[in-house]
Amino acid sequence: MPLEVPTDIPKEALQRLLIALADDELVLGHRDSEWTGHSPILEEDIAFSNIAQDEIGHALLWYTINEQLGGKSPDWMGFERNWKHFTCCHFTAFPKGDFAYTVVRQYLFDVGEQVRLKNLSTSSFAPLKEAAEKIIMEEGYHLMHSQSLLERLGDATEESHKRMQAAIDTAFPQALGMFEELTGEDELVKAGVFSGNEALKEQWLELIVPVITSASLELPVEKKNGTFTTDVKAEEGGRKGWQKEHLKQLVEDLQSVYKMSPGGSW
Amino acid sequence: MVDVTQHVPTQETAWQALGEISDPEIPVLSLVDLKVIRSVNVEGSAVSVEMTPTFLGCPALEYMKQEIREKLLALGFEQVNVELQLSPAWSSDLLSEDAREKLRAFGVAPPALRAATLAETLKKPVACPYCKSYHTRLESPFGPTLCRQIFYCEQCRQSFERFKTL
Repeated sequence: MPLEVPTDIPKEALQRLLIALADDELVLGHRDSEWTGHSPILEEDIAFSNIAQDEIGHALLWYTINEQLGGKSPDWMGFERNWKHFTCCHFTAFPKGDFAYTVVRQYLFDVGEQVRLKNLSTSSFAPLKEAAEKIIMEEGYHLMHSQSLLERLGDATEESHKRMQAAIDTAFPQALGMFEELTGEDELVKAGVFSGNEALKEQWLELIVPVITSASLELPVEKKNGTFTTDVKAEEGGRKGWQKEHLKQLVEDLQSVYKMSPGGSW
Repeated sequence: MVDVTQHVPTQETAWQALGEISDPEIPVLSLVDLKVIRSVNVEGSAVSVEMTPTFLGCPALEYMKQEIREKLLALGFEQVNVELQLSPAWSSDLLSEDAREKLRAFGVAPPALRAATLAETLKKPVACPYCKSYHTRLESPFGPTLCRQIFYCEQCRQSFERFKTL
């Protein structure tokens, strides 16, 4: 069913936002699924398989809204689109790394999602608001999971601490890329669709700093005039479609079965 | 001559038929028990059903839509329209006491009612569906399907599953 967009909301920018949300979920969901059968313990195998399934379900919803606005079908977006046209942030596409990197990435992403979804729950565009309200209920389990692992592994043993700190050092600049400005973002903010990425980044830092610090880990941030800031340069470009080689490999993997028989059904 | 008026399905028979469709992952609950069917509207030989998803990534969603369509066509409707509705979001709080009892009998602990936060919800005591003991612990907030999580009962020393609170 096609959706009407209120005249004050720029449709193209709105679709760009939806596709960025969906691509992040699809690509990180795929990375999570790479732990199925390979996790260090059975419970984590189950957890990451569940999280992967959830994230891909959320991607489907964002792609569906995009389709209702006149975009391509969710299947086309996932299975036929050229990897160079994905607009996920680089952060979600990096290889899964070791388990420490996976935990840190998931935690930084989960908090990012909480902040984003909470913000979208007050969106002026009703379908976005309704989807965010639905997704946020499921995401609570993800954050609880990644945060408890981060807190446990941060100071469990010398080895776990070393690995977690290394993962943070690698993941932090990448994670900042989640908040890369979208083309046309100003207009979306003006129309009340969301508060903009800079505002979300501030809220995100406010939430992650105390948790990471209490897990005996360090972040390169400082507090100035009551808000956290960082000099670290964000790893950006993903939202503009400047993708890297590992996304190409991921998308090839993701699309491989579909491409054996395009349009086929089970 | 066959009296065709007898075969015109009504709103009531449509609801009844939908109450016979089992959830593919928890067969003791029907789609009506699960409260995923929001409304049924009959207009002549056409029927439209509004349904709401439990978990968005649930692979059974397409299957459920298909089952609804087939069931209602078999009942005699000529046109069946199934629409997904997200708002208000589905919550496990909607399950009736009757549905919760069916879950227990199936060996799955029913979901706790939602507390202010997820952490508080998960602190509520959970009774083992087999021996009723509250001497249980959460093994994993996730489980074999998106709607279930794994517990362990210290009393009867076995794992059991619980329907996740959403």
